[in-house]
Amino acid sequence: MDFGYQINPSSAVNLDQVDRRRYDALVRLSPDAATCMGCGSCSATCTSSAWSGMSVRKVLLGLQRGRDAEVNRMLSACMLCGKCTMVCPRGINTRQLILTLCRLDKNGEVVR
Amino acid sequence: MRERFANGFDPFVIPFLIGMAFVLGYCIVAMIRVYFQLPKPDRKRFLVSLVTPRTAWKNIKDIFLNCLIHVKLWKRNKVLGYMHSSIAFGWFMIIVLGHLEVMLFVPERIHLFYYPIFFNYFVAETEQTLPGSLLMFLMDFFLLIILSGIVLAIIKRFASRIVGMRRTTRLSLMDRVGLYSLWAIFPLRLLAESFTAHISGGSFLTIPANWIFRQFLGNDLHALPTWWAYSIALCVFMCVLPFTRYMHIPAEMLLIPMRNAGIKIRHPRKGFALLEVYSCPACGVCIDACPMGVRKANCKDATVYLNRQLRRGNERRIAEISDKCLLCGKCSAVCQVGVEGPELRVAQRERRKYALTPDYGMIDAASLSQHLSDLPFCGPETAPVEGSVLYFAGCMTHLTPAIRRATTSLLDKAGLSWKMMDPDGGLCCGRPLMMAGRSETAQELIKKNVEIIRASGCNTLLLSCPICYKVFKEEYPLQGIRVVHHSVFFQELIAAGKLQVQHEDGLRLVWHDPCELGRGCGIYEQPRQALSAAADLVEAGRHHAESICCGGSLGSLSLGFEQRRPMTQNALKDLTVADPDQIVTGCPLCLATFSRYADRPVHDIAEILDGRS
Repeated sequence: MDFGYQINPSSAVNLDQVDRRRYDALVRLSPDAATCMGCGSCSATCTSSAWSGMSVRKVLLGLQRGRDAEVNRMLSACMLCGKCTMVCPRGINTRQLILTLCRLDKNGEVVR
Repeated sequence: MRERFANGFDPFVIPFLIGMAFVLGYCIVAMIRVYFQLPKPDRKRFLVSLVTPRTAWKNIKDIFLNCLIHVKLWKRNKVLGYMHSSIAFGWFMIIVLGHLEVMLFVPERIHLFYYPIFFNYFVAETEQTLPGSLLMFLMDFFLLIILSGIVLAIIKRFASRIVGMRRTTRLSLMDRVGLYSLWAIFPLRLLAESFTAHISGGSFLTIPANWIFRQFLGNDLHALPTWWAYSIALCVFMCVLPFTRYMHIPAEMLLIPMRNAGIKIRHPRKGFALLEVYSCPACGVCIDACPMGVRKANCKDATVYLNRQLRRGNERRIAEISDKCLLCGKCSAVCQVGVEGPELRVAQRERRKYALTPDYGMIDAASLSQHLSDLPFCGPETAPVEGSVLYFAGCMTHLTPAIRRATTSLLDKAGLSWKMMDPDGGLCCGRPLMMAGRSETAQELIKKNVEIIRASGCNTLLLSCPICYKVFKEEYPLQGIRVVHHSVFFQELIAAGKLQVQHEDGLRLVWHDPCELGRGCGIYEQPRQALSAAADLVEAGRHHAESICCGGSLGSLSLGFEQRRPMTQNALKDLTVADPDQIVTGCPLCLATFSRYADRPVHDIAEILDGRS
């Protein structure tokens, strides 16, 4: 039935069903990914966030919540300029983190 | 002169002939392989350069000066220069003089490969004649030169600090075999020639040695075994040569003409890259030069080890070494052969496969261009005129807003019409992507940026970041637009009298040459001239092409925050040897990196000039 409006689809995340293989592989390959405290410095400085909403913080969160499409869209907008690395208070090597993620397929395997 | 043996042959020459045949065959096959691995246009270019008189002459000159005399090494370190040129040039002269002797005394034997090498065994010559005594003197003279070089080489191997090297290369097993056989060749030659000197003649070195040996040996029975040993040492050296660092001897002779022909690395493992890898003499100069070497663990990531791993095909180590490098270019700057360490590494990075490719389709270049052309000019003119400046701050300058403020303020003070390309942040220049080995995706950004720059109508593109400057200058199709770094631009404005800068007496500044600006683009003097208008300038311990990377470089993919710290601190220590009041640089990334650990103020050149104008 069409009421002329609709409600948003549910954005609830069922953590039991989230495929965390990519995140686990990332933490294995560049362990400092796990030290992110979500401060958002990377989001604030990101060069490409203006037109893509890219943010390393959101990428890491998205990976843990199974939002693969959003993560891939953000990752493919990264220009590797390195500002996020410069500002990260935890000293996370975010460029390496992004490059590592780009090398992983959806099963968390490194493509060769 | 008389020949000692009618048939002109002795079995001891066989090992030498085997070694010679092997090494010649190997090198010819390898050179043909490298040639055919080049892309077709490069092959043509190479052949054309060989028959062009100017490049042909340059090839001969470069091969003589670099392969034999080692001019570059002399300029860097006299002891090392002497050591290498004594062995290379001395050996070359002994071979040439040997041929001369054969041509002069027994021309009918010139077709015998081994005759010039073992001349003194086969031909008894008297030192009574002028050519005889002169040639024998020269032979002994060059042998003495080589032996002095060998003594230095042995000292260097066991105490490299004496010859001015902090660290030297750790040799592989094959390299050791090659090295020891090389060391053995010349003392054995001296012994062999000494044992036969009373028959075949000799000069100031061999005749006294012969006399001494005969005093306590009393017979000639040692002569033939020593000639055998000499021949075997030569055979061992030549047979292991292709598998050791001594492959640089033939490889460099091909590398120089190819480089002079303007050939670049096109494939990470084939053609020119392969040639560069084999041309590495593993001298280890790059180990001391590498800024990562402050941590001993990083010493094995110097270019010399990259070349070794590339020869071995050890993929894990190749990836590790390639990713770690800061791409500061210092190893190339100090390399005697001209191995391009950073380019080799980027080529390895380009081989990497990714599951996810960047896609910048979302960027609407047209609306960005529109936005920029609608933006009003600052300064006297409202429309673009000759000399209107487009200032691109770039990602890194946005992190250090003081640079942006100072630069725009200086533009106003100089009375120029300017507009900013990225007042609210723009697109990346593409260089970080290229450094990460993703040049195709960088091209996408380049295309969009060019569109935006063209829309501005300006004919000067001003950059305050050397990382951007290099890529705009080298990769962007911007004909008709002058690309200029702000340090050069402001120096010109000062020289033209458009900017008045007050000199502050007693203020001592040190200029840090950023890698991308100095070694990358060859800009050393203009920033120094601009700064000396504002204050007194002192030099760092290492400056110009030898300047030490700040450690913050985007070139390194894998170095973490903590691993970079000792590099930055080491660079700062070197910058402050003359105890300057402030450190000045021209790169926002260097500025941010140094500011973290510096014990005195760090500023960009624009801030210094702005504060005093």
